[in-house]
Amino acid sequence: MSYDIMIVGVGGQGTILASNILGEACVTEGRSVRGAETHGMAQRGGSVECSVRIDGRFGPLIDPGSADLLLSFDLLEALRYRHFLKPIGRVVTNTAIITPTPVFTQQLPMPSPAECLARLAPFRPLAIDAGALAREAGSELAQNVVLIGAASHLLPLSPESLLAAIERSVPPKTIELNRRAFELGRAAGT
Amino acid sequence: MARQYLLGNEALAHAALEGGVGFAAGYPGTPSSEVIDLLRVERPAGVHVEWSTNEKVAFENALAAAWCGVRALFTTKHVGLNVAADPLMTSAYTGVTGGLVVFSADDPYAHSSQNEQDSRLYAAMAGLPCLDPTTIEEAHALLRDAFALSEEFGLPVIFRPTTRICHSKADIELGPIAETPRTAIFRRDPRQYVVIPAHTRVLHHRLNKKQPRIRERLLELGYNEGTIRGPRAVVAGGIAASYVREVLPDDVSLFTVRAYPVDLEQLRCFCLEHEEVLVVEEGAPVVEEQVRQAAGCVRVSGKRTGHVPAEGELSPAAVRVALAKAGYLDTPPAPSAPEEGLPPRPPILCAGCPHRAVFFAMRRVFKDAVFPSDIGCYTLGLQLGAVDTTICMGASITVGSGIAQTAGGDVVATIGDSTFLHTGLPGLVNSVYNGANMVVVILDNRTTAMTGHQPNPTTGVTATGEVSPKVSLEALCRACGVAWVETVDPYDMTGLVATLREAKGQSGVRVVIAKKPCVINERRAKVARPRYAVDASVCSGCRTCLRFGCPALALEGETAAITALCSGCGVCAALCPQGAIGREGRPPAKGGTV
Repeated sequence: MSYDIMIVGVGGQGTILASNILGEACVTEGRSVRGAETHGMAQRGGSVECSVRIDGRFGPLIDPGSADLLLSFDLLEALRYRHFLKPIGRVVTNTAIITPTPVFTQQLPMPSPAECLARLAPFRPLAIDAGALAREAGSELAQNVVLIGAASHLLPLSPESLLAAIERSVPPKTIELNRRAFELGRAAGT
Repeated sequence: MARQYLLGNEALAHAALEGGVGFAAGYPGTPSSEVIDLLRVERPAGVHVEWSTNEKVAFENALAAAWCGVRALFTTKHVGLNVAADPLMTSAYTGVTGGLVVFSADDPYAHSSQNEQDSRLYAAMAGLPCLDPTTIEEAHALLRDAFALSEEFGLPVIFRPTTRICHSKADIELGPIAETPRTAIFRRDPRQYVVIPAHTRVLHHRLNKKQPRIRERLLELGYNEGTIRGPRAVVAGGIAASYVREVLPDDVSLFTVRAYPVDLEQLRCFCLEHEEVLVVEEGAPVVEEQVRQAAGCVRVSGKRTGHVPAEGELSPAAVRVALAKAGYLDTPPAPSAPEEGLPPRPPILCAGCPHRAVFFAMRRVFKDAVFPSDIGCYTLGLQLGAVDTTICMGASITVGSGIAQTAGGDVVATIGDSTFLHTGLPGLVNSVYNGANMVVVILDNRTTAMTGHQPNPTTGVTATGEVSPKVSLEALCRACGVAWVETVDPYDMTGLVATLREAKGQSGVRVVIAKKPCVINERRAKVARPRYAVDASVCSGCRTCLRFGCPALALEGETAAITALCSGCGVCAALCPQGAIGREGRPPAKGGTV
């Protein structure tokens, strides 16, 4: 059986880099892995999803009701993709929400962060302020690595493989910063 | 070589190099673009890689390279094969000497496309072999081998991956890059390459004579194979076969199709071992039709019987439902429902996108116009009420002139720079020639943005980074006979509105070139503009700026606010009736200018 992860967020937030890190960590551990991701027009600020299937041997897609982990860069998106989780699945999410533009242009109602968390409660959400921790590590852009750090307690991958994968996947100049981001996220996830 | 976690298209670009490709040409289109994007970065010396102006152009270039004995690759998305269909059909008659692989990426569910057409049908129509991989690993091996197969048959080979092959990832072991530089020579043979009627009749006969050998060879290669495990069977092709493998009960037989044409005798032998057969595939019922021909009195279910959805893409869950409908599995429990009532988050033009300002100004100036548009990021102008039609590449101008010639009234067509050069140009010539009365707005953002910022002839640089002459859109339009051509900076809302008003006052074909580099490219090039901010003490909360739809504009309490997404285009400052928006750290200008 594969360990199935949905990574969700808003186009441009770095979900693809996060999926690359998980995939590279699998390769480091000599495990098979499958993934799928959103390219093309949907990347323009839209809702995006990546799947990563650790030990996956078949196709890249994860069915609703079957994911083990939902890793979300935006609290509203965590709620949007909640139904992908199996009943005992878990959520690791950023606490921040980027308000969708239609909320302003069409004056649509919007759930508060507290409401979002309450509706995610069955999945024992681990919610962290990834932006603050990323800034503490040295760059707002390191939020994806902070979230992987926070999720590292749940992932069937060793922290060493994840760190090695991060080093291979991020620009060389930012390795130290991302290492800090991972550790800060990992500490926040305990 | 060690295993790597790679995007399907990355593995496929490498497979082309392993297969000895010497010439690659394509036009960007999701989900195919990354193949040329990767080749242009990783090509060994001596390999020619180009972004061509459209798919017909790309195909003919690649065909000619193959006629010269070089292994050639043509890449396109499925609908681009329509553009290249003219040379494709006859290339099956002329054949090739160097291997030619026609990489046509299908997009079931139309994730990024205007339709869900199936490239396998082109293969059947042209009489060409077609490879349809079920996993990334297979896709890698099949594309590598396709060049040799093409040379063996003397025919182009169609390679048909789908979105979930191109844009999925897997751990892959790449092979060594082929080092077989070839000397390209065009050997004159008019009976082969000049398709006058007397020649083409012979060539058509020759193509038909090749068909039995193609079937035989594909059978020998074992691309299509079945395993008998019980009285019931599934026949599956493409990525759908990997979903089937995931959910198939142990006592159900499986026949996997990876290559066309399928040998009907092989299929018949498999089917006759079973009481019933379910066919699972995405796209058109291509395999299903073959199974129906081959299966005799065996019961066949699939798309025709409603067991498998006739459109969209499949998934393990969808295959489970199909298996349950056919009685192969118990009905799976209904999946948990998505959360209801959440605000949607559709894709949207970026903060600072120059297209948004153009659409906004068009709506201001042309209140009752028809707005035909085209294929690109700017199709998102739909959200701004400024896109009334989109059908295929280049069709904004032609649909526009058709409407202008029949319904009359104001018609304002929008088309991107790359799309204009792709197939917009003949429509412009036609509209001038036939006396249409319309405005054409070329949204010139100096790149092919939506597919990943590929260069085009207006950017003055080729796929491989060589400097080339910049095509002047203004000179081009004038040369087509357009008397009124104006270029305008879309960030200058006042100038933009004035230019459109002037265009409105003229007749005939008028062209406005709204020229500004894509904001994503500007950010990458580190072009920095100071951000804008709202003076909350001046803002009246009228929401005029919010209706502009820029993702950097938000509401904080009762007043507008500008977020960190702001790229400093300043267009919202020109729209604010109160003059509440100005550059950060500077007092706002006195009032809106528009």
